Amino acid sequence: MRAIISVIGKDEIGILAKVSGLCAEKKANIVAVTQSVVEGYFSMTMIIQVEDMTCTIGELQNLLDERLPETKNRVMHEDIFYEMHRI
Amino acid sequence: MFDPQEIRETIDMIDEDNLDVRTITMGISLLDCMDSDIDRSCEKVIRKIKRCAGKLVETGEIIEKRYGIPIVNKRVSVTPVSMLVGASGGDPVKYAKALDQAAEAIGVNYIGGYSALVQKGFGPGDKELIQSIPRALAVTERVCSSVNIGSTKAGINMDAVALMGKIVRQCAELTAERQCVGATKLVVFCNAPEDNPFMAGAFHGVGEPDCVINVGVSGPGVVRSAIASMDENADLQQVSDKIKKTAFKVTRMGQLVGTVASEMLGVPFGIVDLSLAPTPAIGDSVAHILEEIGLERVGACGTTAALAMLNDAVKKGGVMASSTIGGLSGAFIPVTEDAGMIRAAREGVLTVQKLEAMTAVCSVGLDMIVIPGDTTAEVISAIIADEAAIGMINTKTTAVRVIPGIGLKEGEEFDYGGLFGAGPVMPVSKLSPAKMINRGGRIPAPIQSLKN
Repeated sequence: MRAIISVIGKDEIGILAKVSGLCAEKKANIVAVTQSVVEGYFSMTMIIQVEDMTCTIGELQNLLDERLPETKNRVMHEDIFYEMHRI
Repeated sequence: MFDPQEIRETIDMIDEDNLDVRTITMGISLLDCMDSDIDRSCEKVIRKIKRCAGKLVETGEIIEKRYGIPIVNKRVSVTPVSMLVGASGGDPVKYAKALDQAAEAIGVNYIGGYSALVQKGFGPGDKELIQSIPRALAVTERVCSSVNIGSTKAGINMDAVALMGKIVRQCAELTAERQCVGATKLVVFCNAPEDNPFMAGAFHGVGEPDCVINVGVSGPGVVRSAIASMDENADLQQVSDKIKKTAFKVTRMGQLVGTVASEMLGVPFGIVDLSLAPTPAIGDSVAHILEEIGLERVGACGTTAALAMLNDAVKKGGVMASSTIGGLSGAFIPVTEDAGMIRAAREGVLTVQKLEAMTAVCSVGLDMIVIPGDTTAEVISAIIADEAAIGMINTKTTAVRVIPGIGLKEGEEFDYGGLFGAGPVMPVSKLSPAKMINRGGRIPAPIQSLKN
């Protein structure tokens, strides 16, 4: 079971570190990361494994919003993307 | 593995275009709550609703957080209460209060099923229930009511139509000091679906299982922005394809939410209703889709054609995305609940006559329209009869939810706030249909009913 973290916003030092730090803290294994910076805007998509996670997806979302208040953050179960984009 | 662009698309649909699951509605059968003593019957009703739907709101919230999709409403629909009244007798308003109490206890905002099905005639309890509707809706907050007065199979019960004109007026009169809110909670149907999850017309049909989960998706904003992203010169076939693809994605989301909710609650999954249900929020309007297709304003010539294409494309896209489609499924065209319709109505370019034509090709009918406060009961009955005729002949659901604006002057508006929105008084014909309405009787079932 996996979830997808998406972060978008103005680029600054330490965004990726904060996200991956939080994942480590909550025992969420990072499976893949893609990121790009276009004209100062940072966009990151991260896939994490959530079986062993010590909090729920909703709690991870809240923690992420607390630690990264300036960016737009989403944590969503992967099934939603499967359903919408794969037949 | 997902393309980051696909992930972005989904997130943008939710963040920018108001994509949401409009409602998870649990249908609950009350047939086993019937009792010859009305107070005992009410107690059983409350107990059963609490037992079946006690965890509905909590489950909805867990799903919302896990998948990051807003689920706007959690609701309950029940067996038409007229059947319980038929068994118990007594004042039907007791049932309304019981439903209201149960809904409050489990935390749902609406409960539907204060209903009667009288398309071919009045059974035990039907007339008593219908006559109690104005009082029931005035003394409760959450109870919604509907009455089915016609069907393609049975024709139109014109005695019921005549009665409902009076009832709609009384609903408004009894709640005149609260913007006639009673009338917003009453729908008069022809060909009412028994698994519709949307209020105010939801009830749990007698052919349904004991308890079931139905999901209503939405997403007018997503469809509008998908069309806006297309080339200006795209032809209508391309536009229709785009709508189909978007409806597919929206419906898949509803299917996922419904499946998960039914597993978590241990209740069978009924249907996905893939309606485009607008809200007054900017960017969540069916009218704006029609304008995006290329009309200066909704209500212009061409509106019916654009709506027909939209309604059809939504169904075609949705039907492949879900294992079981049901309910109303199509595009809703309520006036006060849709920012684009409100604007066109204020400008006077959208008329009740045009809306009536639109109801021949959309999923429901004349919905959330404020009509002049001095409109007679006979005229309201005649509006209901016209709509029912469209539904009966075209083998589709039609409905009337009009709000007589008691105390409103021309140019004034009701403003309900929230999902119900706001809207001006719209003129209707003052010519009298009284002689026809007072004839009563039945309009026989049409030739379309003979399919066997």
